[in-house]
Amino acid sequence: MSTSVWDLYGDALQRQPLVAPPSRRRAAWASLWRFRTYLRPYASRFVIMFVVALLGTGVGIVTPLIARAIIDGPVANSDRPGLYALGALALAVGIVDAVLTFIRRWIVSIGTLGAETGIRLDLYAKLQRLPLGFHGQWDSGQLLSRVMNDLSTMRRFLGFGLLFLILNVLQITVVTILLIGMYWPMGVVVAVSAVPVVALCLLNERAYTRLSRRIQDQTGDVASSVEESVQGLRVIKAFGRGRHMFAEFDERATRLRATALERVRNVSRFWTFLEVIPTVTLIAVLAIGALAAAQDRLTLGTLVAFITLMLSLIWPVAALGFLLSMTQDAMTAADRVCEILDAPETIVDGPRVLDAPRGALRFTDVAFRFPDADDDVLHGVNLTVAPGETVALVGGTGSGKSTLTALVARLADVTAGSVTIDGVDVRDLKLAHLRSLVATAFEDPTLFSMSARENLTLGRPDATEAEIEQALEVAQAQFVHDLPWGLDTRIGEQGMSLSGGQRQRLALARAILTRPRVLVLDDTLSALDIHTEALVEEALRRVLVGVTGIVVAHRASTVLLADQVALLESGTITHVGTHAELLATVPEYRELLSADFDAEAELA
Amino acid sequence: MSSAAPSPQASPQPSSSPTPPDDDTSWRGVAAEENEQAAEAAGVQLRGRSRRLLGELLRPHVRLLPVLIVALVLENVARLSAPLLVQRGIDLGIPPLMADRGPRILLEVLAVMGVAVVVQTVARVFFLRLFGRIGQDILLALRRRVFRHFQRLDVAFHDRYTSGRAVSRLTSDMDAIAELVGGGFDGLVSAVLTLLGVSVMLLVLDWRLGLACLTSVVFVALLVRWFSTASARTYRRVREASAQVIVHFVESMTGIRAVQANRREPRNQELFTGLADRYRAVNVTSFRLVAVFMPGIRGIGNVTTGLVLLLGGLFVLEGSMTVGVLTAFLLYLRQFFEPMQEISQFYNTFQSAISALEKLSGVLEEEPAVAEPASPTPLPDASGALALTGVAFSYVDGTPVLPGLDLAIPAGQTVALVGTTGAGKTTIAKLLCRFYDPNAGRVTLDGVDLRDLADAELRRHVVMVTQENVMFAGSVADNIRFGRPDASDDEVTAAARAVGADAFIAALPEGYATDVGKRGGRLSAGQRQLVAFARAFLADPAVLILDEATSSLDIPSERVVQRALHTVLADRTAVIIAHRLSTVEIADRVLVLEHGRVVEDGSPAGLLGSGGRYAALHRSWIASLG
Repeated sequence: MSTSVWDLYGDALQRQPLVAPPSRRRAAWASLWRFRTYLRPYASRFVIMFVVALLGTGVGIVTPLIARAIIDGPVANSDRPGLYALGALALAVGIVDAVLTFIRRWIVSIGTLGAETGIRLDLYAKLQRLPLGFHGQWDSGQLLSRVMNDLSTMRRFLGFGLLFLILNVLQITVVTILLIGMYWPMGVVVAVSAVPVVALCLLNERAYTRLSRRIQDQTGDVASSVEESVQGLRVIKAFGRGRHMFAEFDERATRLRATALERVRNVSRFWTFLEVIPTVTLIAVLAIGALAAAQDRLTLGTLVAFITLMLSLIWPVAALGFLLSMTQDAMTAADRVCEILDAPETIVDGPRVLDAPRGALRFTDVAFRFPDADDDVLHGVNLTVAPGETVALVGGTGSGKSTLTALVARLADVTAGSVTIDGVDVRDLKLAHLRSLVATAFEDPTLFSMSARENLTLGRPDATEAEIEQALEVAQAQFVHDLPWGLDTRIGEQGMSLSGGQRQRLALARAILTRPRVLVLDDTLSALDIHTEALVEEALRRVLVGVTGIVVAHRASTVLLADQVALLESGTITHVGTHAELLATVPEYRELLSADFDAEAELA
Repeated sequence: MSSAAPSPQASPQPSSSPTPPDDDTSWRGVAAEENEQAAEAAGVQLRGRSRRLLGELLRPHVRLLPVLIVALVLENVARLSAPLLVQRGIDLGIPPLMADRGPRILLEVLAVMGVAVVVQTVARVFFLRLFGRIGQDILLALRRRVFRHFQRLDVAFHDRYTSGRAVSRLTSDMDAIAELVGGGFDGLVSAVLTLLGVSVMLLVLDWRLGLACLTSVVFVALLVRWFSTASARTYRRVREASAQVIVHFVESMTGIRAVQANRREPRNQELFTGLADRYRAVNVTSFRLVAVFMPGIRGIGNVTTGLVLLLGGLFVLEGSMTVGVLTAFLLYLRQFFEPMQEISQFYNTFQSAISALEKLSGVLEEEPAVAEPASPTPLPDASGALALTGVAFSYVDGTPVLPGLDLAIPAGQTVALVGTTGAGKTTIAKLLCRFYDPNAGRVTLDGVDLRDLADAELRRHVVMVTQENVMFAGSVADNIRFGRPDASDDEVTAAARAVGADAFIAALPEGYATDVGKRGGRLSAGQRQLVAFARAFLADPAVLILDEATSSLDIPSERVVQRALHTVLADRTAVIIAHRLSTVEIADRVLVLEHGRVVEDGSPAGLLGSGGRYAALHRSWIASLG
C-alpha cells in the first residue's frame, strides 16, 4: 500500500473526511477512536513498533539479571571463561536494546506523521467546503490551533503516549513480580513504596495541568494586551496613553509570573519527592538486603540486580501521571477536531450546468438572516437584472448591500425566496460552475502571500499572458510590472505591501480575468483616488458590455456606470430607476448621493 | 492610506540579479530575504548584543549566585553519595554482619544515607525555587523592557517593522524563552554538574575502570556534536516549513470568501498538500535525527555498562575490586547516561530560546528616532499656537517631501490642507503631533519646540484622528473614554451625541456597555470612525488634527460630523486634511500645497476671489452640485 501523502489524500477535497462515523457510545475516548482510519495505511508499522518496543522492555529487564549472574556465578567462582561469556552477553544485549530503540523510533515517525498529515489535509479540505456562515463564527486563530496544536497532540499520543501507557504498566507489573520473586520482603517494600509515587503522580498531575492551563490562559491575556498595544500604537501615541497600556500589560504579565512561580513551587515539590522516594526505598532495601545477605538468604548478585531493577522502575512509575494527562489531552483534541469534521456543509453542489448562460439575474422575495441573529438582514428583496444590464446598489451603512451581493455566488444561501440565473435557482447549479459564471470583487480584497501572478489568476489558473495583460489594463493595475520582480513578486502579508487602492485594482483585475457572465463589484473602487477611479470606470464601461453587473456604489460617478439603480433601505429594495429619476424623486437617494467634490483629484 | 509617506517597506531593494523562483514553489513569488532567518542561522552562538542583554538581565541576581551554587553543589553531593554509600554498605556493612560483629557500620552507612536524603531534599527544593524565581523575574523584566521599548520606538520604526513582527517578538519569542526558563534549564545545569561529579566519583572509586568508562565520553561528545549541527539545520527547516503551513492556512481561512468566490479550493488544496507534505518530510528527518541520537547515547551507555560488568567482574575476580564498587559503578553509570538522552529534547528548546533572544536584542538595540527630552519644558496649558519654521523632511534620503516650510497657525484657527497625493499634507500632520521629527527646522507649540515637550504633555495638547481606527478591548464607552479615562458617563454620551454616533451606539445590544470585541459588538469601519471622533472630542485637546478622518463615513454621516465640527472646532486649533470641499468649507483658512510648498494661503472666501487653484476647484464643485 502506498504511503505517499499525495496518493492517500490527494482527493481530500472531492470526498468526505476519512474519519470514522461517530459511534453511539459517548465514551471519553470515542472521538479519538474515530481516527483509527488514518492509521490503516501504516498498520504494519504500528504492529512492528509495538513488538519492537515490547522486546526492548524485555531486554531492559534482562540486563540486571545478567549482572546478577556475573556476580553470583563467575565472579564468586573465579570462572574466567564464564565471565567472558556473560560479559559478551551483556554487551550484546546492550547493543540489541539500542538497536530496538532505534528501530522503534525510526519507523514510528513515518506512521504518526503520515496520519497527522492525513487528518490535517482532510481538515483543511473540510474547512474549504464549509460555508461563510461557519467561518463567520470561528476565529482563524481557533481553527489554526486545531489544525496545528490539536493534531500534534494527537500525534504525540499515537506515537508515544499510548505505547508507553501500555508498556509502562506492563513493565511495572513484570518487574514487581520479579522483585518479589527475588526476595519477597524487599519486593514488598518496593511495591509499597510505589503506592505513594503513583498516588502523588495522579494527584499532582491534576494540579499541574490546572496550573498549566492557567498559565496558557494568562499567556493568552498577555498576548492580547500585546496585540492591542502594537496594533493600536498610533492611536496610543496620539492620545499619550502608553502608560495606561503598559499598566494593563504589566498587570497581566505580573499575574502570569505569579502563576508561573506557583508552578515552580509545585514542580520543585513534586520532582524532589519523586527523586527522594526511590532513595528512601533504597535505604530500606539496602538495610533489609544487607541483613539478608549476611544471613545468606540473598546472594550479593541478587542484591545488586535488585537495586538496579528497582531503580529502573522510577521512570515508568513517574511517567504514569503525565501519560494519563497526555491521553486526556489527546481525547480533548480529538473532540475539538471532530467538531469541525462533523460540521454540516450547508452549501452543497446542485446537479445542473447552464449550457449557454446569458446572465439573466433575478431575486424573488429574497430574505436572509445570519444563523445566530434574531432579525432578517434582508427581506422581500425583488430585483430583475436583464442579461448585459448593470444595476447599481445604493444604500446607507448596514442596509444589507454586501449581504445581497454574497447571495449571487452562493457565498451564503438565501433563508427565504430564491436567486435565479437564466431562470435556474442558483442552488440547483453545480457550485464550481456557478462561481465561474459569477465573479465577485470585494471592498477589502484579500491578497494571499503569493506571487502577484498567482493572486491574479486565482479564479483562472490557465489565463494567458495576453489575458492577464488585458485585465491589468482594464483595472489600471499595471503597477505590478513596476514591482521588484514584476508579476513574480510576492505580495500580501509576507511580501510587498500594497496600498488599499492597489489592492482593489488587483482584485478587480482578478475578477475580470475570470470572464464571468455576472460581475459583482462590492464597493470595489472605494479606496481609489478619483483620478484612478475615473480611468477604471472608463475601462469598466467597456468590460461591462455584454456582462450582467451588480455594482455596490457610494459615489455618483460609480453609479453612472449602471443602467439602473436600486436603492436598498433597511434590508429591502425601496426604489429602482435611473440615477436621474431617483435623484429627482427620492429625497433619501439625494441625501446619500448628492454630489460631493474631491479636491485632491481635481488638483491632480 | 497615508497620502504622502512612501512606506519604507514598499521599496525593498531588489537584488541586482533577481533570483528566478524555483519550479514547485514559484507560486509563492519572490520577496526580499528576511534578516530574521539570518539570526536563526547563527545557531547557538550568541552575538555580542545578546550577551550584553543577558548580562544586563542577570546582573540584579548576581548576588544570589553564590547561594545558588552552594545549594546546587550540596544537592549534587548528596545525590551522588548514594551509590558510594551503597558500596560501603555492601563492602563494609555486610562482612561484620556475617561475622556477627553487629550492624554498627551498616547502621552508620544507613544513617549517613538518611542525612544525605534530607540534605538532598532541602537543597533541591531550595535550588529549584530560587532558580525558578530568578528565571521568572528575568522573564518579567524582559517582557516589560521589550514592551516599553516598542511603545517608545517611533512610528517610522513601526511602519517598517510591521505589527505582525512586533507581536511575535512579544509573544512567540517570549514563549520560547519562557519554555527554556520554565522547562528544563535547571535540568541542564544539574546534568552538567552530575556529569562532572560522576566522572570524579568513578575515578576515585577505581581509576582503571573509571578511565575505561570515561573513554565513552569521547563517543558521546562526537555524537552530541553531530546531533547539534544536524539538528540546528533541520530545526530551521522545520520552523520554516511550519511557518509556511501556518501562513497558508491562516490566509486561506481569513480569505475564505475570496477563495470560494474564485473557486480557488482545488488549487489551495494542492498547495496545502504540498506544504503539509514538506512539513511532514522535514519532521520525519528531524524525528530520525533523534531516532539515531537517543538510541546512540543509550547504546554507548549500555556498552559501557557491559564493559564495566566484564572488566569490573574481572577485577573483582582478581580481588583488586569489591562487589560494592562494581555496584556503585553500575548505579553511577545510570546517573551519567540518563540525563544525556534528554539533551535531544532540550536542544530545540534551547535553540529557539537563543534565536528568540537574538531577535529581541536586535529590537532593543533600535533607538527611537523621536526621543523624549531629558529635561522637558513644562507647558501645563496650551493655547494652541502652532508654527513650523524652516522645516525640511524626507522619508528617504534625497527625495525631500518638505523642502523647507514656514507656516504659522495662530491659536484657535481651523486650517484645511488641500493638495494632491504626495504634496506633503499627511507629513505635516505627522510632524505636528511628533510622530516624526523634522530633518531641519523646528515645529513649535506655543513657541516651545515639540522636541522639548514631555510626551504626556504634548499628547494632552495635540490629538490626531486618522482614518485608521483601532478599537481596544472593552466597551464602546471605554473606547470613547480612551483619551480621557476620568470622563463621566454623561460626558461620554455627550461626546458621542456631538459627533452623531449616539444613534448607532444606542442600537447596539448593550448600548454604550457593548463589548466591541464580542460577537454582535463588532463595528463597521464607519462606526469605528465615529467612535474615534467621539474619542478625540472627549479628549478635548488644544490642537486637533484630522487626517482624512471622515473618509470611510457615508455621506449622511459625514454631514453630521461636519455639522458637529463647527461647534467642536470653535475654540481650538484644528488642522484638517480632507478630500471633500464640503469639509474644507468649514475652515477659517485654506492652504493649497504642492510638492511640500504652500502655493495658496487664505480664507476660503478670500481665495475664491483671487481666482487661483482653489477658486477653480470651487467653481467646478458648485457646477457639479447644480
